[in-house]
Amino acid sequence: MSENGRPPVDDWSGDYDIFHADYITDPAPIWDDLRQSCPIAHTERWGGSWLPTRYEDVRALARLVPELSSTEPLVVNPPPLPDGAYGGVVAPPISIDPPAHGPARRLILPAFSPQAVERHEPFTRELAHRLIDAFAGRGRADAATDFAQQIPPRVIAHLLGVDEEQADTFVVWVRGLLEQGLTAPEIRFEARTNIIEFFTEQVAQRRDEPGDDFISGLLAGELDGEPVPDVHVVGTCLLLLVAGIDTTWSSIGSALWHLASTPSDRKRLVSEPELIPTAVEELLRAYSPVTMGRVVTEEVVFGGVKLQPGDRVLMNFPGANRDPEAFAHADQVIIDRQHNRHIAFGVGIHRCAGSNLARMEMNVALSVFLDRIPEFSLEDPAAVTWAGGQVRGPRRLPIVFPVS
Amino acid sequence: MKVRVDSERCQGHNRCYALAPELFEVDDYGMSSARDDGVVPAGLEDKARLAEANCPEFAIHIEEDPAS
Repeated sequence: MSENGRPPVDDWSGDYDIFHADYITDPAPIWDDLRQSCPIAHTERWGGSWLPTRYEDVRALARLVPELSSTEPLVVNPPPLPDGAYGGVVAPPISIDPPAHGPARRLILPAFSPQAVERHEPFTRELAHRLIDAFAGRGRADAATDFAQQIPPRVIAHLLGVDEEQADTFVVWVRGLLEQGLTAPEIRFEARTNIIEFFTEQVAQRRDEPGDDFISGLLAGELDGEPVPDVHVVGTCLLLLVAGIDTTWSSIGSALWHLASTPSDRKRLVSEPELIPTAVEELLRAYSPVTMGRVVTEEVVFGGVKLQPGDRVLMNFPGANRDPEAFAHADQVIIDRQHNRHIAFGVGIHRCAGSNLARMEMNVALSVFLDRIPEFSLEDPAAVTWAGGQVRGPRRLPIVFPVS
Repeated sequence: MKVRVDSERCQGHNRCYALAPELFEVDDYGMSSARDDGVVPAGLEDKARLAEANCPEFAIHIEEDPAS
């Protein structure tokens, strides 16, 4: 059988396909096999890449700077941008290397400190209730599209100080950029252009009328002691969309998928809600959404393979978090797991800057959901669909629940 | 018991601060350091160990008291 017209995968160690249905739906068994047979796999598909599967290897490779560069963080080799697609706009700090990386990161970190994130908690809680109000009386919902997918774009809109209605457009753009766009370049260019033009206008408005939002905060900041150029702010807003939306909704969706399919865990969190923060970490470990790309800048021999300049290396954080060498019973979801050095948010200098925000959203989303809808199950397991590649999570998640 | 954060390794994941705010504080950039010169008050030893075992950067080090 061919996979959407592509040749079948006979050998995952030398010809893996991160867009193969098996890899998107249930990648863990594939990583388990590779860890035994070929812990750093290779493929020529999608522009070619290396796929490490061991926790120690992924940690070491993520910390291998400057040999591995972040200037191409996508998991596939994107076609060059055509004229008029704003090729000069990058997404600092995720897509830049030291020495420019440090100042760009320091510019945004204060907006995502634990204290700063707490300020968005009341909005997130009210939003979660409002979303559930819309379907609580129906006895059925799509937990992905009606709930999980709605939270991060609205929280991001709130943080950016733009109209909440804009969130639906953000979703279209982000999926265009990271989901459909990875295999359909014209969709990616269109999404990217729309995002950049939208934020260019927003930045100009905030220059005239500053508020207390994220964009105004960046404009008031400094980059290595210098004023922050508009194009830098636009790029960082682009980053906020691509890094803060489908990632977190995927995590919320995967968590709800797990709880819908595992009644014992769901019941335990309903009766012991104080366990939710611990469970969130375990669900992040077991269903880590994000894989990032790096590109080799100087030859390095690592783990028995020769990485050559231009090679793409995938930061397989999801696979690392399933490594039995690093986690006892790595294949099991243990919602009260105490020792959990998972790297769902990456490791090293590119650790997800928004991890506190993502964790707050997950904790609020799950606690409100379990409080309002303590009993729920999958309407039809076969109806669940997943997206994968750069970001993995459920895209259709029909559930049913008793109406009280 | 004493606890120490290796500032060269810390990347601001804030796991220690979330699990043991009595023992760790974070700056505006989310970077962690131990409170009170790292002295772990009696009764909080398990929290110190929990923080150590959840740091993705392996940045937290614990000095156990000499066996009494």
